[in-house]
Amino acid sequence: MSTILVIAEHLGGKLNPSTAKCVSCAASITGAAIDVAIFAADGAALSQEAAAISGVRTVLRIDSPANAEPIAAVLAPQIAKLAANYSHVFGPSTTYGKDLMPRVAGLFGVNQVSDVMAVEGPHRFKRPIYAGNAILTVDVPEDTKVVATVRVASFEAAAPGGNAPVETVTLDVPLPTHTRFVDRSAAKPGRPDLQTARRVVSGGRALGSGENFKIIYSLADRLGAAVGASRAAVDAGYVPNDMQVGQTGKIIAPELYVAVGISGAIQHMTGIKDARTIVAINKDSEAPIFEVADFGLVGDLFTIVPELEKQLGA
Amino acid sequence: MRRVMVGIKRVVDYNVRVRVRPDNTGVITDGVKMSINPFDEIALEEALRIKERGQADEVVVVSVGPTDAQQQLRTALAMGADRAILVQNDGTAAPLTVARVFRKLIDRESPFLVLLGKQAIDDDNGQTAQMLAALWDRPQAVACSKLALEDGKLTATREVDAGLETNEIELPAVISVDLRLNEPRYVKLPDIMKAKKKTLDTQSLGDLGVEASGGFKTVRVEPPPQRQKGIMVKDVGELVAALKKRGLV
Repeated sequence: MSTILVIAEHLGGKLNPSTAKCVSCAASITGAAIDVAIFAADGAALSQEAAAISGVRTVLRIDSPANAEPIAAVLAPQIAKLAANYSHVFGPSTTYGKDLMPRVAGLFGVNQVSDVMAVEGPHRFKRPIYAGNAILTVDVPEDTKVVATVRVASFEAAAPGGNAPVETVTLDVPLPTHTRFVDRSAAKPGRPDLQTARRVVSGGRALGSGENFKIIYSLADRLGAAVGASRAAVDAGYVPNDMQVGQTGKIIAPELYVAVGISGAIQHMTGIKDARTIVAINKDSEAPIFEVADFGLVGDLFTIVPELEKQLGA
Repeated sequence: MRRVMVGIKRVVDYNVRVRVRPDNTGVITDGVKMSINPFDEIALEEALRIKERGQADEVVVVSVGPTDAQQQLRTALAMGADRAILVQNDGTAAPLTVARVFRKLIDRESPFLVLLGKQAIDDDNGQTAQMLAALWDRPQAVACSKLALEDGKLTATREVDAGLETNEIELPAVISVDLRLNEPRYVKLPDIMKAKKKTLDTQSLGDLGVEASGGFKTVRVEPPPQRQKGIMVKDVGELVAALKKRGLV
């Protein structure tokens, strides 16, 4: 039987929805026993949050001042010790998990299955390669531990309603002090998180300036949507890098995606292909984004976007 | 000798539209343009700038790959690397194998910094830097968009989902680089000529005493499911009506 340890992600005292998605991925292995590990300075509230995810057997709480910030070099040896008797260790394929999980795999002396998008069996997984232009099915040898990151856009969050017991665990592992956390730029308050939002409005280079992005923010606020951007808009300096949607930015799967002034470079498409409904607004009727859009509208975005906002308010 | 080691992977050029082989064993690479993995090019550029600022004496580029990877190493030498090492490995080297190779070479070369791309654009694994840091038991900074080196320590700014995260790490260390760290220089013709005289040393996994990690068995490679092209609406009114009909607004 598979025993799966899911490494929870959290920030600012809140569990990231990626954790429930990892549980959901783990639960697609038949008969798996799923435990969730919370590494934090004080994991009391986080453990309760994790305990409420359905399908979780036990929540393991590892409190330590060293775990206040997610430093891979500090967390990895603890995870290696905690996961010694598990058959699988899963973490999210967010920047948190991408930093941490390969270090865990390195300690176990195994390769990692990156970006699991489907589970075909306890040791067989599907994952995207070549920026999602091909899908690879791989077998991990049966006698090795499976360390994997879960592509969060591919899984629905496991439902709430669970009531798992919480166990406090003390791990006696020497921890390095060679890496010190300095700071993190504050996430912008008010709008939903881009990675997990149900609706997203993105702007591209056609916006022409950071100032002009205000029409995107305004439409997003009308829709209760998060705001994203194409790589071209980020590289042009209109918006910060954490808003980038695409292969090298965030891969998202909202119910509604509105692409404004985005032509649809392959690397952008990679980030949005799991969106349920894509709306494209672009003045170039030949733009590749229209090939994947459910609804396309050709015209001047500076006329269309305010008009759209107005009609949505009506 | 203050040395920086840089990883160079030969991959299908980023402009090539990749197609899956009809027998589903992989993607078509015959007659396809191959290049240095773009993230590795950024890692090399950063190493060269560190040297040009007088903070390093030598830049060594390393590739684990087929004989043809000499082409990419020559390009790296033309960009300005001082010497190159090719560790020959036909077929696909798993990230753990590559990390083991670097770990062995670190013992020989004693770099104070190892710079790698955050991922290769072919298998998109994104594992080698972190694995190497684990095997070496040294700090890592992954997906860096800014590096500041002073007084034997490194301040690394990383691109994370919440924005930017800054860590201070001791050296030696392993760094993986992201797109916005720098813009790599173009190679000039005289530099290509000069690069031909630089040292390119070839080794085998056996020479280094590295055991290949086996990796995973490829069951199947297939094209992704295609999205269907939708409909064009003529104005905002029609768009809003369509979205309302789907219950999206």
